[in-house]
Amino acid sequence: MREITLSQAVNEAIAEEMRRDETVFLIGEDVAEAGTPFKVLSGLVDEFGTDRVIDTPIAEPGFVGLAVGAAMTGARPIVDLMFGDFIYLVMDQLCNQAAKQHYMSGGKLKVPMVLRTNLGATRRSAAQHSQSLQALVAHIPGLKVALPSSAYEAKGLMKTAIRDNNPVVIFEDKLMYQDKAPVPEGEFLIPFGEANVKREGGDITLIATSSMVQVAEKAAETLAAEGIEAEVIDPRTIVPLDEATLLDSVKKTSRAIVIDEGHQSYGVTAEIASRLTEKAFYHLDAPVLRMGAMDVPVPFSPALEDLTVPTPEAVVENARKLCAGEMIHAA
Amino acid sequence: MSDAKHNSEDYLRMYRQMVRIRTFEDNANQLYLSAKMPGLTHMYSGEEAVAVGICEALTDDDRITSTHRGHGHCVAKGAEFKEMFCELLGKEEGYCRGKGGSMHIADQSHGNLGANAIVGGSMGIATGSALRAKLQGSDDVTVCFFGDGATAQGLWYEVMNMAALWKLPVIYACENNGYSEYTKTEEIAAGSITARAEAFGIEAHQVDGQDVLAVNALTRKLVDRARKGEGPFFIELMTYRYHGHHVGDINREYYRSKDEEKDWKENRDPIVRFRGWLVEQGIASEDEIEAMNAEIKKDASDAVAYAEAAKYPEASEVDMHVYAD
Ligand SMILES: Cc1ncc(C[n+]2csc(CCOP(=O)(O)OP(=O)(O)O)c2C)c(N)n1
Ligand SMILES: [Mg+2]
Repeated sequence: MREITLSQAVNEAIAEEMRRDETVFLIGEDVAEAGTPFKVLSGLVDEFGTDRVIDTPIAEPGFVGLAVGAAMTGARPIVDLMFGDFIYLVMDQLCNQAAKQHYMSGGKLKVPMVLRTNLGATRRSAAQHSQSLQALVAHIPGLKVALPSSAYEAKGLMKTAIRDNNPVVIFEDKLMYQDKAPVPEGEFLIPFGEANVKREGGDITLIATSSMVQVAEKAAETLAAEGIEAEVIDPRTIVPLDEATLLDSVKKTSRAIVIDEGHQSYGVTAEIASRLTEKAFYHLDAPVLRMGAMDVPVPFSPALEDLTVPTPEAVVENARKLCAGEMIHAA
Repeated sequence: MSDAKHNSEDYLRMYRQMVRIRTFEDNANQLYLSAKMPGLTHMYSGEEAVAVGICEALTDDDRITSTHRGHGHCVAKGAEFKEMFCELLGKEEGYCRGKGGSMHIADQSHGNLGANAIVGGSMGIATGSALRAKLQGSDDVTVCFFGDGATAQGLWYEVMNMAALWKLPVIYACENNGYSEYTKTEEIAAGSITARAEAFGIEAHQVDGQDVLAVNALTRKLVDRARKGEGPFFIELMTYRYHGHHVGDINREYYRSKDEEKDWKENRDPIVRFRGWLVEQGIASEDEIEAMNAEIKKDASDAVAYAEAAKYPEASEVDMHVYAD
């Protein structure tokens, strides 16, 4: 199969959907000629013109608001939010407006829009350009949240998001834009709420999202060499969450670590871990472990920044302990 | 010109500060090109007269808020090279102990309330600082630096309204360098920017941001008046950034022509202009100026060498400073 970058995959997904559906348009800062600072949208303006690839002033709440209104009245906007950190600026439009229209109108109004943005630290961009804020929006009923972990997922999830009748937030890992993966030619969609078992194993389940899937896979390789078979699962969307696949795996392995790049406290890892504990408690041989980013603003200095995110080594160490029955947190 | 700082020492200091900014940036760019600097940085080169003209009208008690393009504000408000380069390289002795880096660089001890990586993100902070001054009866003034692109942020209109209602001692300084990232200002700003401030009853000025004396003279007047409760004010400073949006923005002809860049650099450079004036007025000789340039160059390379050899913060610092004691 041909290999393309995550960036190309997103570009292709959007181009295909814009060809298929005239109501789809793109809006955001420097999306047209510049094709975004990460160059993800390069070339789209040449094919679709400036009416459908719209450059905006630096007014995030404004253009997200416009997208909500356009979506409510028959368009399918894709909003480009340059950095995931800027989601704080648009919280009202996203969480009070987009997320609630369908419910508040008793099902009469709908908001079919996509907000694509990014996550991920270790780019030496400091505290306001490095956050992974998926938990914030996943907390709000009415929003769907997709976390692609490779070019393949980036394409399939984006196409599904564009066709969904709800506001969908997609976080891409900004460090992965140039990473290649096999992506089939031609049309395919990845349904929301379907986890992907990346690797099978019977000893421990590693549930990892987005940037952390590679971390879990690397850890699983090291563990395999030591005779520990880890099962690696990528939920792909955290809202909706494919609980069944996660629970089946944990019932089989009786141990689990949940890994996500958002801050650990009150985060994605906490939510998944507690669902596993509630629903598979009697199958567990060890506490379900959370591994998120450290609960600190992301520091600039490489000497500090690298300490804040989960690494394969740390996952291996925790998995070893869980499998050996060692206590990680003494009661 | 008469209301600008007016003894030779002041003029020479303004010149020195502008050259220090340019030299700092040349070194920062070099650090990036030689892959010694982590991450990216936004160069202030070309805009020196703005930061220097304004900050030379302020005292240490006056505050500023800075932006992602903040090295110039940092130098102009009194920072030293050594701590700045340490910050740029993520070292422990940096102004922010390596936690902030280029986009958050600031010497807080001289009234710099921080460089902000959220466009327009400091407009509330600057206005809040001015509110505090008024509530506490202090006569310090706060200058809020931001770019033309930041004028699109709604926050500005909210805080201008309050600043005007309550006559706060804040000066909004818009560095209009013609671009926000890869987009021309005229494509993102409807109407006139000064008229937006005027709509709130705020006195607005437009000034040549490549003329340090003009910037300084205007700012000194406005600062004096703001201290007396006649603020807020708005200044639009017409300027130009010589580099790309950030150091990685090399191929930029698709949004900005080489001829345009050449014109600004060759015909309106703030340092060359001011240097010519200093010599013409007999304030400094060419030789004195060359000596000053050389000394600054040496200071910068010494500071770079120092920063390169300096220590990174200890791992134990990673969760320090999340909460204040
Ligand atoms: C809220 C927010 N939106 C977008 C960005 C990305 N961004 C960084 S600098 C910049 C352009 C800013 O332009 P301007 O205010 O004119 O400042 P200049 O870079 O020209 O000095 C943009 C869009 C950001 N940092 N913060
Ligand atoms: Mg600008």
